[in-house]
Amino acid sequence: MSEIIKVGMADLKTCVSPNGVTTLGLGSCVGIAIRDPVTKVGGLAHIMLPDSTAIRNSYLNIAKFADTGIAELVRQMEALGAKRSRMVAKIAGGATMFQVQGRVASSMQVGDRNVEATIQKLNELRIPILARDTGANYGRTVIFFPETGDYHIRAVGRAETVI
Amino acid sequence: MGELSLEHVTDNYYDVLRELGNIGAGNAMTALSQMMQCKVDMKVPQVRLVDFSEVGALMGGEEQIMVGVLLGVEGDITGSMMFLIEQGSGKHLVNKIMMGMASEGETFTDMELSAMQEVGNIITGAYLNSLSTLTNLKIFPSPPALTVDMAGAILSVPAIEFGIYGDKLLLIQSQFFDEISIDGYFILIPDIESYSKILSSLGMPV
Repeated sequence: MSEIIKVGMADLKTCVSPNGVTTLGLGSCVGIAIRDPVTKVGGLAHIMLPDSTAIRNSYLNIAKFADTGIAELVRQMEALGAKRSRMVAKIAGGATMFQVQGRVASSMQVGDRNVEATIQKLNELRIPILARDTGANYGRTVIFFPETGDYHIRAVGRAETVI
Repeated sequence: MGELSLEHVTDNYYDVLRELGNIGAGNAMTALSQMMQCKVDMKVPQVRLVDFSEVGALMGGEEQIMVGVLLGVEGDITGSMMFLIEQGSGKHLVNKIMMGMASEGETFTDMELSAMQEVGNIITGAYLNSLSTLTNLKIFPSPPALTVDMAGAILSVPAIEFGIYGDKLLLIQSQFFDEISIDGYFILIPDIESYSKILSSLGMPV
């Protein structure tokens, strides 16, 4: 029996096929799914904020940030035998949940910034992004299977998609 | 202005925040009952600092479909405020306001969504009014934005704001009843300086 491992908000988990990883109700956060197709080692990071260097005490939870969260996920996957040179990624989330007017609006665009920071970090680590389902204004539940690399995405009132 | 960390909120501060939550939610319920022209009872709200990892589970799971109303706050304090209610409960309130003319099922038509937005507007407006009166601080809310989506996705918005300071979120849960029991959640998301302002305006040393 395979198991689906749950990843919380500002959290990351690795898994080995046939197991999968899931995170429920991604909003402005980004879910980064990475796998090594040879060893079938995979993982999922649920990051909340783009940049750990902009925040004091960021070392307290490195899974919270795109830069440190992705680096840590890759490190943990390597510890399970995955090779960085073979890793590929798929990303989802980064929605703008509310259209608020006025001064607070800029801080609410964090979804877009999370996606940008995620892409930047993956590029820096030379991990290709095979597919993405990001932005828009709705939440997403994601399930990732390192066996096939299928990244399932569910949203309220929409058909499930696989990227 | 001193450094205030949510992780180190003392019992005293807790009591103050709980009382603010209590009065704010009380005013919000009074406004709601006037709007619905019926009696609404409420329990003493619970004020809690919850870990990000527990937030979703608290509202019946990250995938529980909720109505979220978010508005910006400007004036003497800055930040934003959110009100959340479970979709079915929201529909119940809308049906009352529409004199029982709402559609079947739990989903909202466009007109019902705008009625729901009005409910959110009144509830959050009453809440912020009482906060403003108590603290003598000027608080101007922006027009509210509404969404119906998974609890986890809606909560990512305040969680990200709190995430700048820590891994916890300050949540005020108020339970109220008309014919059915309804859980409503308030999340006040001031920047950390505004927390200090609120507390010091009430005579708390910061």
